[in-house]
Amino acid sequence: MTHADPVGVLTGAHFLDGDHAACEGAICAGARFSAGYPITPSTEVVERFSHRAPKIGATFIQMEDELAASIAILGAVWGGVKAFTVTSGPGFSLMMEHIGYAVMTETPCVFIDVQRGGPSTGLPTLPAQADMMQVKWGSHGDYEIIALCPNSPQECFDLTIKAFNLSEKYRVPVFVMMDEVVGHMTEKVVIPRAEEIEIEPRHFTTQDKSSFQLYAPVGEEQTPEMAKAGDGYKVHVTGLTHDERGYPNMTPAVQERMVKRLVTKIRDNAEKICITEQNEVEGADVVVVSYGITSRVAQRAVEMARAKGLKVGTVRLITAWPFPDHVIRAIAPKVKGFVVAELNLGQMVREVERSVAGKCRVAHVGHAGGTVHKPEEILKAIEEVAR
Amino acid sequence: MSTPICIQKAPENPVESFLRTDRMPHIWCPGCGIGTTVNCFTRALIDSKTDLNKLSIVSGIGCTGRVAGYVNLDSFHTTHGRAIPFATGLKLASPEMTVVVYSGDGDLFAIGGNHLIHAARRNVDLKVICVNNLTYAMTGGQTGPATPLDVITATAPYGTYDPAFNLPYLVEAAGAVYVARWTTFHVKQLAKSMQEMFKKKGFCFIEVVSPCPTLYQRRNKMGDALDTMKFYKEVSKVKHGAPTNEVGLSKSGEIIVGKFVDRERPDFETMMKAHLEASLGEKYIPAEAPTCS
Repeated sequence: MTHADPVGVLTGAHFLDGDHAACEGAICAGARFSAGYPITPSTEVVERFSHRAPKIGATFIQMEDELAASIAILGAVWGGVKAFTVTSGPGFSLMMEHIGYAVMTETPCVFIDVQRGGPSTGLPTLPAQADMMQVKWGSHGDYEIIALCPNSPQECFDLTIKAFNLSEKYRVPVFVMMDEVVGHMTEKVVIPRAEEIEIEPRHFTTQDKSSFQLYAPVGEEQTPEMAKAGDGYKVHVTGLTHDERGYPNMTPAVQERMVKRLVTKIRDNAEKICITEQNEVEGADVVVVSYGITSRVAQRAVEMARAKGLKVGTVRLITAWPFPDHVIRAIAPKVKGFVVAELNLGQMVREVERSVAGKCRVAHVGHAGGTVHKPEEILKAIEEVAR
Repeated sequence: MSTPICIQKAPENPVESFLRTDRMPHIWCPGCGIGTTVNCFTRALIDSKTDLNKLSIVSGIGCTGRVAGYVNLDSFHTTHGRAIPFATGLKLASPEMTVVVYSGDGDLFAIGGNHLIHAARRNVDLKVICVNNLTYAMTGGQTGPATPLDVITATAPYGTYDPAFNLPYLVEAAGAVYVARWTTFHVKQLAKSMQEMFKKKGFCFIEVVSPCPTLYQRRNKMGDALDTMKFYKEVSKVKHGAPTNEVGLSKSGEIIVGKFVDRERPDFETMMKAHLEASLGEKYIPAEAPTCS
């Protein structure tokens, strides 16, 4: 690990919304390229970046659509910079092909998705958390990615840095899954001094040019070292099934070896990657699972339940993918049940149910989006499960 | 006792060092024109004394999309239609690189058409080589955006009836600074055009009309690869500076070849830097050598 480049680090206490905070996080993390396409409610991130970029040695380009934005950043990464793009639901749907390409080519990059109500054009200016399965399964084929869920502007800043760090560590696209409310709420955001911000540098290889293999795994991360265009490594990067040299090799044996590693480099390290925030889980009868803005509404419901004498704990998913199976699995036999609250009609609850594997009840408090839950709706489910 | 046979090693072909020979044999059919264009490309690289460490090649998907996989350069085989936006990101992140986009008519003009016109509009410094075999060859010879009228394809068994794009006309209108067309018969001219293009700053475009004997020529009873070379020789007419609205292709009509457009217009990066410098003065920090702390 190293520290942030002081150029661009706006150390101090700020009053920022989540979109702006995420942009500052990206800059602190070392992002010096962004390609975007306007879409509500995410546009403020790139608006701010377009304003900041020319003063910090960075480049912003507004592309013709999200397909272009999501692959322009990958081109920039192979040119040697850290890069990200930002979008919301309909744009995220268009970006699916380059999630697959980034996974397949092990291109470290960050996507910020400020979620709004769908399907289709849906609710452009109103919140939802309904892209949670799309981010994991929306591109074709088998793959694993990392997705983080901030619940405040401060976390939009912190977790965007984390996203860049994880993307470099595992050479994988990492997603900051915001929502309209977190994106547009304004709160205090503290930006530390550059030397206090830990940064995962890109792991450029120093291996011999004639023998370096762009896709040969290194270390327990099972992640290969990087090279960039112009360094003399004559890399070949393809979305086809490829061997360790990067050469296309469309045989079942190579497919098995390559796809398995793409998946296991994340699965085998899931416990290291996963972050959850747990509160009063020990001795609880009911544990409320939530993430993003919903975790703040759920907190109110939990306080109301505790005031009624119920023993309620919380698990907040800061990492949604890989899903923290081990956390849920360990709690399941000790509680009456889980209450899962989210701004969709049943997405991450499936992961909770899978991890619980019948060891306790799982109640879902869904919501089609457009606004946040009422705390009473979550309270009602807590009371039912506690009964 | 048998006499030992001594086979002398053939002298190395000068283009060989530009190829990933460990990936041969390639996938292209006998008589396909793509290999010819790659030969011209490597000769243009040799003759222009290009620094091969500072040249990247980006391809999309399709038969021509496979070029990136066979050349011994930093090479990127991207998604279908998206070679140009990938190349745009690569070029902006590493302005010292020459970035060549090498792809086919279907990839660049159908699924990638939007990206192509916008890169031309912005005048991004990309060198686009479009091998136009008039069909989707990789998938079996279906109708493409450059397929002429009244030809048989796998998805037009009764003949095509939707008009094709005139590629030079389209890219000129969108803003390209250099537009040329050759066929795979014109190997010398093609290699020379490529050299010219390497030197030119801005969005450059070369169309190479190329045979697909397996799917296009065979289905349309136009003979084999050799017949196609004879056809190209017979119907091609060199007309430098020809108005691009007059160079559309038809099934068996003449093929106007030559350099159609060679004009000056500041490229995207030059415009960006000049504008930001004028607006921001000393506050402007240009994106130079990539850093990745």
